[in-house]
Amino acid sequence: MTIATQTNATEWDYSPAPDTTKITIEQKNKLFIGGKFVSPKSRSWFPTINPATEKKLADIACAGKVDVHSAVSAAKSALPKWSRLSGTERAKYLYRIARRIQERAREFAILETMDGGKPIKESRDVDIPLVAQHFFYYAGWADKLAYAFPGAAPTPVGVCAQIIPWNFPLLMASWKLAPALACGNTCILKPAETTSLTALRLAEVFQEVGLPDGVVNIITGKGDTGRFLAEHPAVNKVAFTGSTEVGKLLMRQTAGTGKKLTLELGGKSANIIFADAAIDQAVEGIVSGIYFNQGHVCCAGSRLFVEEPILEEVIHKLTRRLSTLRVGDPLDKNTDLGAVNSKEQLKTVERYIRCGVAEGAELHQTNTGELPAKGYWCNPCFFTDVQPSHTIAREEIFGPVLSIMTFRTPEEAISRANNSPYGLAAGVWTDKGAKIFEVAKKLDAGIVWCNTYNKFDAASPFGGFKESGFGREGGMQGLRPYVRLGGV
Amino acid sequence: MARLTVAKTYKMYIGGKFARTESGRSIAIKNLQGDVAAHICHGSRKDFRGAVECATDAFPSWTNITGYLRGQILYRMAEMLEGRRDEFASAIQTTQKMTVTAARKEVDASVDCLVQFAGWTDKFQQVLGCANPVAGAYYNFTVPQAQGVVVVIAPQTPSLLGLIALLGAPLCAGNTVIAIGSDINPLPAAILGEVCQTSDIPTGVINVLTGSQAELYEHIASHRQVAGIYSASLAKKHRVVIEQGAADSMKRVRFSTLDNEAWYDGNATASPWNIEPFVEMKTIWHPSAC
Amino acid sequence: MRHAIDTVMVEQRAASFTTRSIKTKSKQQGLRLALSLIDLTTLEGKDSPEKVRSLCRKAITPWEGDIEPPLPSVAAVCVYPSLVKVAKRVLDGSGVRVASVATGFPSGQYPLKVRLEDVVEAVNDGADEIDMVINRGAFLSGCFDEVADEIAQVRSACGGAHLKIILETGELETLENVRLASDLAIQAAASVGPIADGEVFIKTSTGKVSPAATMPVTLVMLEAIRDYYEETGVRIGMKPAGGIKTAKQALHYLVMVKETLGNDWINPHLFRFGASSLTNDVLRQIVKQLTGHYTATYDFSEA
Repeated sequence: MTIATQTNATEWDYSPAPDTTKITIEQKNKLFIGGKFVSPKSRSWFPTINPATEKKLADIACAGKVDVHSAVSAAKSALPKWSRLSGTERAKYLYRIARRIQERAREFAILETMDGGKPIKESRDVDIPLVAQHFFYYAGWADKLAYAFPGAAPTPVGVCAQIIPWNFPLLMASWKLAPALACGNTCILKPAETTSLTALRLAEVFQEVGLPDGVVNIITGKGDTGRFLAEHPAVNKVAFTGSTEVGKLLMRQTAGTGKKLTLELGGKSANIIFADAAIDQAVEGIVSGIYFNQGHVCCAGSRLFVEEPILEEVIHKLTRRLSTLRVGDPLDKNTDLGAVNSKEQLKTVERYIRCGVAEGAELHQTNTGELPAKGYWCNPCFFTDVQPSHTIAREEIFGPVLSIMTFRTPEEAISRANNSPYGLAAGVWTDKGAKIFEVAKKLDAGIVWCNTYNKFDAASPFGGFKESGFGREGGMQGLRPYVRLGGV
Repeated sequence: MARLTVAKTYKMYIGGKFARTESGRSIAIKNLQGDVAAHICHGSRKDFRGAVECATDAFPSWTNITGYLRGQILYRMAEMLEGRRDEFASAIQTTQKMTVTAARKEVDASVDCLVQFAGWTDKFQQVLGCANPVAGAYYNFTVPQAQGVVVVIAPQTPSLLGLIALLGAPLCAGNTVIAIGSDINPLPAAILGEVCQTSDIPTGVINVLTGSQAELYEHIASHRQVAGIYSASLAKKHRVVIEQGAADSMKRVRFSTLDNEAWYDGNATASPWNIEPFVEMKTIWHPSAC
Repeated sequence: MRHAIDTVMVEQRAASFTTRSIKTKSKQQGLRLALSLIDLTTLEGKDSPEKVRSLCRKAITPWEGDIEPPLPSVAAVCVYPSLVKVAKRVLDGSGVRVASVATGFPSGQYPLKVRLEDVVEAVNDGADEIDMVINRGAFLSGCFDEVADEIAQVRSACGGAHLKIILETGELETLENVRLASDLAIQAAASVGPIADGEVFIKTSTGKVSPAATMPVTLVMLEAIRDYYEETGVRIGMKPAGGIKTAKQALHYLVMVKETLGNDWINPHLFRFGASSLTNDVLRQIVKQLTGHYTATYDFSEA
């Protein structure tokens, strides 16, 4: 029996698969101060929109100076009792919070996607589980601080102001709150302007678990709100994640005040692929490195260094792999790249793309597929023929845009990777163990991912070298910013 | 006429199942009034041998799951223990002269102790392990690794808290455990299996035997598959039997020095230095060069 | 020829295919595709002519119920050599192919002469396809030339019949071994003569050893096929076998094939599922989608 060798191409594609879970959203979202939701004394509100549809989701309170003062006072009042609770008691509050987040996981994931634009697959499978893990992990440290700082008698820092960005809204909240609370501090959290909703829902969880009033306060608002908060004299510590530019502002602002400061800022992380790497898997790593979360990741592997002999192969495989990435409705479970968080950010990314072309790099943007008429979208792309001096090779774009350069020797790769004011993360791909250790040792980066990329865990310290900031979040080292050590 | 209750039969908990002792023996447990409150199984060395086999089979997956997952499982166990607060308080009071308040305090301390250990599963490595700055072009790091099957010999009292405090340490590090309950009050040990069964503890990870501790010392000490022994403080003659028997397969043996109120001190019971005897330090070298 | 593979990342990529959500129209289409890709299999010591006849009838008409459009037949029936004639009598002219295991399946631990005769007899009895096993003992002891040579001889013995080369990935254990065996098998088959699309398949397992087919193993094999296609323009077929019991799993595999090789490979000439109980689970899902009700196990005939 002969079998036809002409294959009949089947057209099989994925039908829409929207997550249909319904959630309710408060229309007027108040500030969370002293354990209660209160209207802003400023009487000022601003809208938050869904970047995939451009539709308004709700109004958010805009905290003014008086509101900020209330929040700080509430945190200050709550401090003595909270800090004197036994570690085990504090731990149990944090465990309750972790558990409650797990129970309400789907709701948080949908809200995060609607407010911020990231795919539901990511909120559901990455963000929310990590949020729960952070609370769970730091709950366990609350009564074990003596072992983290042997001989140094750790005590709380006090009232902590925590200002977070829009790229991982709830996750960034957990990175700040969990260690701070475990160490006996009280907090005022300032979510990013475009993504306040999940933090406010977290406040409901604090109420549900009976967290004492004032231990966590949430003040939403715009840039000024953050500034009032950082300036407030009763604040003992400021923790900030965001742009390097604002980080420097904060350093200047807090100069001479005695306030402790930790900063987690921008990056232009180098992802280095050697010829002896497992190349198919390295390509997966490139994709995780720069296209995960639409590239809105401070540690994104945005500079790719490819050992010359494998450049063609990598470009070929990357182009092919990009064609399987689906850009579109973030609430569709098959979406890989969601909406860009805001019009401003989209403009910024598009400006850098134009700049790359203007400076002479070659743009590869081959994803086809219809994008929704409304919303902020950017197809993933990469540049070849990039020179180290190009703007797209030096400045953080914060979008799904990769700059590819080559190298010939390990020393050259290392030196090019380190040639940046940033130093947040790096990736190293090779099958050779000794090379991994040596290159990792020489890279000026706070996180070195070897044969992997964008892996996060509450037990693993995260933070930058140089102008990517200082201080660590995660792991045992993540406790340090939140304690005062005796005699030091 | 008052309704007749359905009295509980107490079995041992081995390999995820509730089993009677193969020896068919039982021990009558008398309450403070002198009445027989229950019969518990008088565990035999064959039961112990069966438990070792179950614990051995369970070891690879228990030690290889992530610390985070182990922590969540132990936390769930604490949730289940909390849920049975009254039952355990009542069991404690059955043979021990304690007020309701004191019995509840013991249960609460047991729950908190378990929560403390749940928090160690993904942290003890950071406290006990390290990177070593050797004088050469090498990366060198020391990681603690679980040993295998550890037998826990609970103190006579506190019959619940002591049991939990001792089994928590080897357990949180990834060892599988066989616990031998108190002779004076085996009831909390007999109920503990139910807590394990309802809390995602995988089959064979925790096994609980009751009966006569002294009868089993020799067999515990000489079973070559057992990697470690964590016992409450014992009379010297018993310590000699255990330590001598342990020599043949070089078991890691530790006798706790805790007694009375010290059991209620979380820093004493849930110290990482109680975990340390039940992990092996593995030091790994790798050259660092392009 | 060693191709470096990172296991953790392969597993991560393989897992990502299982988060695709296949709904409504794409689900119905995917399920029907899956049905048409099954090599309905019986490989037991107690197989008898009547058992095989019954399986063949099921293969042609998986479900007797009314459904528009009508359901496809499965792709093939897979049996032991001694039952090829029986299968052929029922299936001849139906469009369902007869596949025979051979070469001393499943262990292959027999003299080469016996293994080759096994192939010739099955082909003479009418087998359209031969599922052979490679020599794992020789592979694991590094005698690659011997492994390759045997594959080449088997291909020659097949004549016009198509060849599926079972790597027995459960015994090879590491993904690097799977990749090496895949490349070796394809090269060995090609050394005999030109390969038309679909004439040669690589297959994961006999189904007699655990683990059988897994997503990571299949992904590595699909990548070997992809690289060979890019180099030579020849399309090698893929057959994961054993351990694929549910429609949900089958759809995950189709997603993986689609996103690794493209829709081109999703047809019976280039892709098969080696399975038996999968058939009824696929039918169950197809019928549930149409009627809206969950079905009972007795709603579908046993093979």
